[in-house]
Amino acid sequence: MSRVLLIADHDGKTLNTGIARTVACARQLGNVHVAVFHAPDGDAPCAAAAKLDGVSRVLSVRHEANGAPLAAVLAPQIARLAAEHEGGYDYVLAPSTTFGKDVLPRVAALLGVPQVSDLMEVIDARTFKRPIYAGNVITTVKVPEGIPVLATVRIASFQAVGEAGEAPIVAAQAEAELPTHSRYLGLAESGGSDRPDLQSAPRVVAGGRGVGSKENFEIIFKLADRIGAAVGASRAAVDAGYVPNDMQVGQTGKIIAPDLYIAIGISGAIQHMTGIKDAGCIVAINKDGDAPIFEAADFGLVGDLFTLLPELEKALDAAG
Amino acid sequence: MSAHDEGIERDVMEYDYAIVGGGPAGLACAIRLKAKLPEANICLLEKGSEIGAHILSGCVMEPGPLDELMPSWRDNPPAICVPAGTDEFRFYTRQRSYKLPTPPQMHNAGNFIVSLGELCKQMAAQAESLGVEVFPGFPGRHPLIDGEGDAARVIGVRCGDMGREADGTPDGRPGDNFAPGVDIHANVTLFAEGCRGSLSKQLIRRFELDRDAMPQTYGLGFKELWQLPEGRTTPGLIQHSVGWPLDNATYGGSFVYHLDQDRVYVGYVVGLDYADPRFSPFEAFQQFKHHPDMRALLAGGEIIATGARTIIEGGWQALPKMDMPGALLIGDGAGTLNVPKIKGVHQAIRSGMLAADHLAAAGEPAGYDAAFRASAAGEELRKVRNIRPGFNRGLWFGMANAALETVLGGRSPWTLKTHSDWDSLNSLAAARAHDGQAAMAANWEAERSLPPRDRLASVYFANTAHEEAQPVHLRVADTSICATRCAEEYGNPCTRFCPVGVYEMVDDGQGGRQLQINASNCVHCKACDIKDPYQVIDWVTPEGGSGPNYQTM
Amino acid sequence: MKILVGIKRVIDYNVRVQVNREGTGVVKDGVKMSINPFDEIAVEEALRMKERGEAEEVVVVSVGPEAAQQQLRTALAMGADRAVLYQAEEEIQPLAAARALLQIVQAEDAGLVLLGKQAIDDDANQVGQMLAALWDRPQATFVSKLERSGDTLKAMREVDAGLENIEVDLPAVVTVDLRLNEPRFVKMPDIMKAKRKPLDIKPFAELGVEMPPQLEVGAHEPPPKRQGGTKVESVAALVQALKDKGVL
Repeated sequence: MSRVLLIADHDGKTLNTGIARTVACARQLGNVHVAVFHAPDGDAPCAAAAKLDGVSRVLSVRHEANGAPLAAVLAPQIARLAAEHEGGYDYVLAPSTTFGKDVLPRVAALLGVPQVSDLMEVIDARTFKRPIYAGNVITTVKVPEGIPVLATVRIASFQAVGEAGEAPIVAAQAEAELPTHSRYLGLAESGGSDRPDLQSAPRVVAGGRGVGSKENFEIIFKLADRIGAAVGASRAAVDAGYVPNDMQVGQTGKIIAPDLYIAIGISGAIQHMTGIKDAGCIVAINKDGDAPIFEAADFGLVGDLFTLLPELEKALDAAG
Repeated sequence: MSAHDEGIERDVMEYDYAIVGGGPAGLACAIRLKAKLPEANICLLEKGSEIGAHILSGCVMEPGPLDELMPSWRDNPPAICVPAGTDEFRFYTRQRSYKLPTPPQMHNAGNFIVSLGELCKQMAAQAESLGVEVFPGFPGRHPLIDGEGDAARVIGVRCGDMGREADGTPDGRPGDNFAPGVDIHANVTLFAEGCRGSLSKQLIRRFELDRDAMPQTYGLGFKELWQLPEGRTTPGLIQHSVGWPLDNATYGGSFVYHLDQDRVYVGYVVGLDYADPRFSPFEAFQQFKHHPDMRALLAGGEIIATGARTIIEGGWQALPKMDMPGALLIGDGAGTLNVPKIKGVHQAIRSGMLAADHLAAAGEPAGYDAAFRASAAGEELRKVRNIRPGFNRGLWFGMANAALETVLGGRSPWTLKTHSDWDSLNSLAAARAHDGQAAMAANWEAERSLPPRDRLASVYFANTAHEEAQPVHLRVADTSICATRCAEEYGNPCTRFCPVGVYEMVDDGQGGRQLQINASNCVHCKACDIKDPYQVIDWVTPEGGSGPNYQTM
Repeated sequence: MKILVGIKRVIDYNVRVQVNREGTGVVKDGVKMSINPFDEIAVEEALRMKERGEAEEVVVVSVGPEAAQQQLRTALAMGADRAVLYQAEEEIQPLAAARALLQIVQAEDAGLVLLGKQAIDDDANQVGQMLAALWDRPQATFVSKLERSGDTLKAMREVDAGLENIEVDLPAVVTVDLRLNEPRFVKMPDIMKAKRKPLDIKPFAELGVEMPPQLEVGAHEPPPKRQGGTKVESVAALVQALKDKGVL
């Protein structure tokens, strides 16, 4: 059976939720080892990784230098592990998070092999689908024989595995000469709003012309805050002056792929749908039952948003 | 020029000749000028993001003038170029179609179906290789005029500013990245902006160039490029129709040009002199596509590209004086298109070449107007001058008149009058009483099945984009008219004649209605500037590079 | 210090991309091409550093088709000092591009390499990281703020958790994100000046890049259409449906 090395993304305390999805991809390819590179006091993510279904072993790679997510420090260790640990691995995967995108190409270059970015579907052991042109085209790529397969995995394309596993956690060595030319200074103070960033938020609530006015848009913000979502808007709402342009979602605004997108009073013109075509689940609330958004929404609710939104908040409160 | 320019320092660039507009007229002129006067410094400005980005035309081209200008074009044809095959001319009723004799002007043997945008790219490459400086992304914003009264003379053109931000005033304020447009000074400035050019409009007014001309008239053209399932097309086949979905009082018709690789250009042209304010040219085009003949062709196909542009139709008697001190109008900026042939490209190229020949020989603009009128291009317009106005009395009169004029070869002793389009609308009340629109629409498909669903879905395929922060480039002098007089008298026809839905009437939040301008959808067709019944809409050039990005159109 | 900026010629971001009929690629005939927008931001940042006196020279380089000269000319018109095109008509994949850039960086003795974080055509997001690895120098990716002090750079990076700061020693590779700056407009007189700036065209083969294994690129297809259309009757039913789907 093929050997798969999956590089964990974590912050020293918790495991990135994308790892459970990346495992779903990885276990289609072989026997999955999750490597957690961590500082001596940061091994908590190892236990979290050990619980994921489909993980057969967790490699705990402890080093003083591994407390910070610096690609230049981690890549030589990953390359060493990938090439030499118990005879080496057939696959090296990382999630398509900013961590995975930062570190894995550096590993690929050290190993002298190409990388598949944003793997979204496994066709066979060496053939995969991936999106190009901002998801407007899907292409099939094949990794040539005789070299390890390196890929970042598009996490939105896979369902998270369960947490009933009990993989052993073993210490692993990945001796490499570590550079001192890069230093981690820490997360920056977030300036401004406490709301999540529209571009990367897992949940987004967006309003359109149907919201009716700048004042009415408060109802959108309120729902968003209730479920910890970022706020977006259609071009019509922006053009009507309800909200500033940086909140625009769509062809001429932001292209986003949240897990949950709630479109309120948005008709769903093709220009808007282009911006959310990769969203996990689209909910549409609109009084016009013939609006095009209902053709693409996973769940549609026809009715007056000023009645339905308060109801929705109440239902969410009741549901906890 | 205007108040906002005070205190802004602008670079000045000096040229012998400056050409505004990178269409067939401007490019032909540039190529010919450089060939005749190799030492001359020539620049060409284009508002689109690249040459061809704003070019929209049918287009079946008569190759003669291009052969003369640039014989090499045939060795390196544009990306879409199909020799003309059979011509078909049909009359449509809702369910059927009848073959009509093809009018002689519409015989196309020897012509080519081309993407004019692609052809313009090749003409631009030729011009650049000769040493013309071509500047795409740089719109002319104002003509520069020196002197007053009879001494007034065009000395160049001011380019549009970049990086202005909307602040509620018409011109906005300079943003962080503000870059003032340069002033181009030239011995002669040639305006080749195409139909209803925004600078040409200012010049026609300033120099009263239309003093001896009849009113200019226009059409609005739509075009779509379709990719069809295999085996439905006949490459080179050229189909035109009149009749359904229009009634006999409304001027217009279709074109379907069969390309290679199972592609077709499908288009529709409607006279902007239509009378019923409730009429929607876009809807008429979409209806046409649902005729059984068309549905059989298009169903299952896919739209690749869309666009819309007005067409100048006044011809000979509406042609303004084409020269003025320091400047010329050429091509459709003046109105050199031949309506019965539904062709403007060969005429535009001729007018550009003729301008170059005239300037090379005479050294100054004066005399160009007379030279053009006496030329083969002028003669071509004179001969057919009575055909388009004949249709003011309906389709059947128009066809009979066209036949007569064709037999006479333009030797009829009369010249029929043209009329302006902005005052051709009936009031809503009069339209209701007469109700031609209701009769027309009663014969339309209630549920359309072919794409696009609506204008917003259509404009998606025009790749149009405008930098979001810039001031609105559709200047409405008095928006209070919209919710009051216009709503009452005409029912806000701008919300229907605009092919991409730029104009909307929306709730003002206080129980009333107000105008909402979705300027970023604009495809620069100029229909609003022409058809608005109060003539309060002024189309001005937005920031350079804005607008559609037509590909292979 | 000399800054090297890599730029790629790509289909303009305003153009709707289409798969060709054969499904072997996308339609490029008659399609508008531009500088990759992230690369344009990299050019702008290099120019600003030079204007602040933090660099002496900005060199733009592209590995690509002959027509990529247009994009290099645009970068020269923005203010870059000179340009080099290593002409390759075939597609160059990221690792080969990184190896090529390494040769160029060493030949030019560049102190800083600025690149876009990814090209908007293949969306690979690899070249900067690969170059840094091969060069054995630091990388700062997805950068939205960049400050130089002496021989170090402080970079603010856009990461999933928000923004983070790192510090790297020069020479280094920096890949830039959208919010780093807003590129300047090209001015007409500068377009004229750019025509006289040096633009060298050399064959890609001259770099002597050892070609790495390549991905075999197969079928291209449009993304599957979203299948929607389920309507729920009430707010309660909606909340239940979202819970069942695991998104709430």
